[in-house]
Amino acid sequence: MAKFVAVTLIAIAIGSAIPILLHIWMPPADISTHGHLIDAQMADTMVEAGICFIAAQLILAVFIWLAASRPSGYKIRNFPGGSFVLVLAAFFLVGTEVLALGFFGTKAWANIYFTPPSADSLPVQVQAGQFAFYFRYPGPDGKFGPIHPEMINEANQNLFGIDVDHDQDAKDDIVTAEMGVPANKEVHLLMHSKDVGHSFYVRELRIQQDFVPGLDLSLHFTATKTGRYEIVCTQLCGLGHYNMKAYLNVMSPTDYDSWIKQQAALQ
Amino acid sequence: MSVPVRHRAVIFFCALLTFVAGSVMFSQYKVKAAALSGSSISGIVRLEGTAPHQRPIDMSKEPSCALMHKANLVTTESVVAGPDGGLKNVVVYISQGWTGPAQASTASPILDQKGCQYIPHVMAVNAGQPFKVLNSDQTSHNVHPMPAPGGANQEWNKSQSPGAQPIVSSWNGEEVAIHVKCNIHPWMSGYIAVVKGPYSITNQKGAFRIENIPPGDYTLSAWQETYGTQTQKVTVAAGKPATVNFAFKAK
Amino acid sequence: MHDVSSHVGHHAPPQGFFRKYVFSLDHKVIGKQYYGLGLLAVLIGMVLSWLMRIHLIAPNATIPGLKWLSSTGAPGGVMTPEYYLQLMTMHGTLMVFFVLTTVPLAGFGNYFLPIQIGAEDMAFPRFNMMSFWATFVGFCVLIAAFFVGDGPPLSGWTAYAPLSVLAGAGPGQAMGQTLWAVSIAIFCIGQLLGSLNFITTTLDLRTKGMMLMRMPLSTWAWFITSCIGLLAFAVLLPACILLILDRVAGTSFFVPSHLVISDQVISNHSGGSPLLWQHLFWFFGHPEVYIAILPAIGIVSHILINSYRRPLLSHRVVIYSMIAIGFLSYMVWGHHMFVSGMSPYSAVVFSFPTLAITIPATLITLIWIGSLYGAKLEVTSASLFALGFVSMFVTGGLSGFFLAQPSIDVYLHGTYFVVGHFHMVMGVAAIFGMFAGTYFWAPKMFGRMMSETLGKVHFWCTFVGAYCIFMPFHYLGLAGNVRRYSAFVDDYLQPLLPAHKFITFAALFTGAAQLIFLYNLVRSRFAGPPADENPWHGTSLEWATSSPPPWDNFGGRAPVVYHDPYQYGIEASSGDYVMQNSPEQIQTVREDKSLL
Repeated sequence: MAKFVAVTLIAIAIGSAIPILLHIWMPPADISTHGHLIDAQMADTMVEAGICFIAAQLILAVFIWLAASRPSGYKIRNFPGGSFVLVLAAFFLVGTEVLALGFFGTKAWANIYFTPPSADSLPVQVQAGQFAFYFRYPGPDGKFGPIHPEMINEANQNLFGIDVDHDQDAKDDIVTAEMGVPANKEVHLLMHSKDVGHSFYVRELRIQQDFVPGLDLSLHFTATKTGRYEIVCTQLCGLGHYNMKAYLNVMSPTDYDSWIKQQAALQ
Repeated sequence: MSVPVRHRAVIFFCALLTFVAGSVMFSQYKVKAAALSGSSISGIVRLEGTAPHQRPIDMSKEPSCALMHKANLVTTESVVAGPDGGLKNVVVYISQGWTGPAQASTASPILDQKGCQYIPHVMAVNAGQPFKVLNSDQTSHNVHPMPAPGGANQEWNKSQSPGAQPIVSSWNGEEVAIHVKCNIHPWMSGYIAVVKGPYSITNQKGAFRIENIPPGDYTLSAWQETYGTQTQKVTVAAGKPATVNFAFKAK
Repeated sequence: MHDVSSHVGHHAPPQGFFRKYVFSLDHKVIGKQYYGLGLLAVLIGMVLSWLMRIHLIAPNATIPGLKWLSSTGAPGGVMTPEYYLQLMTMHGTLMVFFVLTTVPLAGFGNYFLPIQIGAEDMAFPRFNMMSFWATFVGFCVLIAAFFVGDGPPLSGWTAYAPLSVLAGAGPGQAMGQTLWAVSIAIFCIGQLLGSLNFITTTLDLRTKGMMLMRMPLSTWAWFITSCIGLLAFAVLLPACILLILDRVAGTSFFVPSHLVISDQVISNHSGGSPLLWQHLFWFFGHPEVYIAILPAIGIVSHILINSYRRPLLSHRVVIYSMIAIGFLSYMVWGHHMFVSGMSPYSAVVFSFPTLAITIPATLITLIWIGSLYGAKLEVTSASLFALGFVSMFVTGGLSGFFLAQPSIDVYLHGTYFVVGHFHMVMGVAAIFGMFAGTYFWAPKMFGRMMSETLGKVHFWCTFVGAYCIFMPFHYLGLAGNVRRYSAFVDDYLQPLLPAHKFITFAALFTGAAQLIFLYNLVRSRFAGPPADENPWHGTSLEWATSSPPPWDNFGGRAPVVYHDPYQYGIEASSGDYVMQNSPEQIQTVREDKSLL
């Protein structure tokens, strides 16, 4: 029986490693400027965790195999070095390894959160609300009109509650259901929630940030590859959570210009 | 040959039954005849001025619905006015003077969700009259009617999967009108007006027609989701169709 | 060192049916009551998980019988998206609170802690009874949520505000959510009473010779867990009260102003912070996961030692590691909130203790594995599940390496990677600990042996099955599969559906295999072969009394302890072990003066 357990452990260890080694289910290709640091961190962690995983399951399997088939009269022996060696291993092998991962990983984190957006980034407001994302561009005046929550009327498509009749800054705002951005231009995402908690997640961009009702949060990124990507909600927000998404279109600068003009005409 | 006594009794009772049944049927016929002799009220509801701009709806978050509208532009429906000002989706009903049954019809009107829109955009029912909600789309919707709080009608919110059985519901009290939303598809908007007696909803041309109105004095109301309600008094004479027109002013 | 007080914990033998079996003051009955409650909760929780998994692979399918549970949640037997989330919320709540916190700690702990320290009962038998019945009432209030208007809440076991505050935010968020909050608040009270009892009993009621370092590792684990729980539940209780106040009394601890739901402005709340709920909840929630796993760590250690026929390489290191885990568990809660909108600087601050907590956890694991070197291995159902625990704990713990780093968490947060991580390291591992404890201690609790054959079949099905279910979750997470979705409609999720089908079938198979365990448990309870005092040749005090023990545990004569708890692998008159209360002088395996 113990031998079967040992073999099963080894099979599980190897079997679990195979999809990783074959890259069967992996993050999609990174289209951001900051994502490579995250991917590097992920790869390092995968190697270290993978080695620990295979080693631990393998050693456990071998020890089980040996321990269950002792001859009678067998005298118990100690692991060489006893607990002292294991304490050293835990602190210096595993401990320093994980703390090193943490330490070097701060660079990837800092890149996203501790660097402010550049002055010429494109500001885009995104509002998350049960159960859709809507986007607002400031228009030629570069300013967003104020939001009047009591004016929000989804049936009439006044999604942000803006008052084009009375607020000068709101007159040229462009509200869209898809997020269009030009490639290779930094986008400054200004996030707020209309109702409950939501989250903004684009796998290819390697960004994820919760919306917190009552808080104006922001994120910035630069997309490097044109294409159509999904923005999905990752914070449980109610019955429609599974169907809360929008498309991100990363376009060439000329395509983006014609798109934003087209959207302005539809307001 | 003489008829035995008990046979005579049977024949007599059959004749009596026939007479009674016939009278009842005849009297019904008389009532129906009176009803059929009731008149109709028809007219046109118009918008004076320019209709407010209807904004296009982008359904890209729901690809199966967006696909259905590739060829045509879908817009909001807060004011749907024809080229000559005819206002669609106006509920016309008798707000005062109706003495007939509160439930004017036994039909079960259908509210369908198709192409991520409510079809029809505006419907009317009587209190207690069952209506069915269908989902003809490939996506789930949640049907969320929001009657005014504190009234006879309760808010509810039910999901409906594609091809699920119809949701059958009814309203307790009159209310003009209950807004229906889908939270999953925030642009979806419909109205259910719960009225007493007969009703009609204007078509593309703004035309309405209410049939079988007994002669009398009535107040006719027309409700439009943006402009609210207008009323007019109308007298219906036997055999003479009445015409009432409404005009809403664009702001 | 304290002598046994002759008054604390002492009570007369129970008379009458109700005093003996229902409102019992006897910690052994209470322990079994907790176990039974946990068993009921895990069965319900497991059925809920089947319903969830079936819906995920067939969202429009008619599930037989479901319309009888809820005609609004599943009209015609087709589960609605909201009902999926409602079942998911109840699954999580039942499993975390009424299974993982209840069985290993309140179930086994209540039964065996007094016995393992040589006491007659807990320090406060009345508190003990009250804490079980409070837990039971909490359970009933939670189950009641299935049967009210719109059904149970849909905000997850984490109940984030404002979703959990605003009744209009979804079906189930009215009465169902209030019942949830009340249920958990009552549960907290039961836990706080339990913690007070365990701590006092451990410190004050140890028998003569039972120095702290002579307590078995299971007792140490229950003691440390109770210390953690005292502070953790003391924070969850007011958090639930604040949530209830926001819902019914017009306060706004967690809800800011100007929220708009269904085009209507929420005008009766302002000034609150949703992040406050998250901080309060996770300040409890992170220690809670250690409350869920530490007793299992203690139980598994206890069983492994018995199966290895040798003590661990260092008893003290394991104890200090458990204490370190308990201490560090209070410093890491923000790792649930890396992308929550809290200050990104605090993310860095929280990630370091999170990574550091790897060290004591690794140490304990290395000691388990290292102690197996050169040891024997008695293969029993109990030891198989204990070894399975080690494997699961390693796997689940390693996925934590990824999540502990904020930069990687940016990608993996809110995906199935997280779900796989906590199910393996906390859910499955703790369940394995519970199974190991059951197979090990059922002979003592019921006086009858369980079938070893059935136990081994159960182990194989569960071990392989659990890996088949939860290992794929990690791959799905790497592919970005978002969690808490009731259906997978997004474009990028379509290629992942076959993996989900595999998982669902594995889950149904593994679930069905649990019937073997249930059958074994029930059958042996009534018809198993009688168990003697010490079927596993164990050294600790629970094996020094009859199976089951008499009402006062030791027949009126408190044991005296002469030895460390794990004197195995020695030459003694009874074999390769000497019991703690045996006055026999032997060459001890470990000197008391060890490295640390």
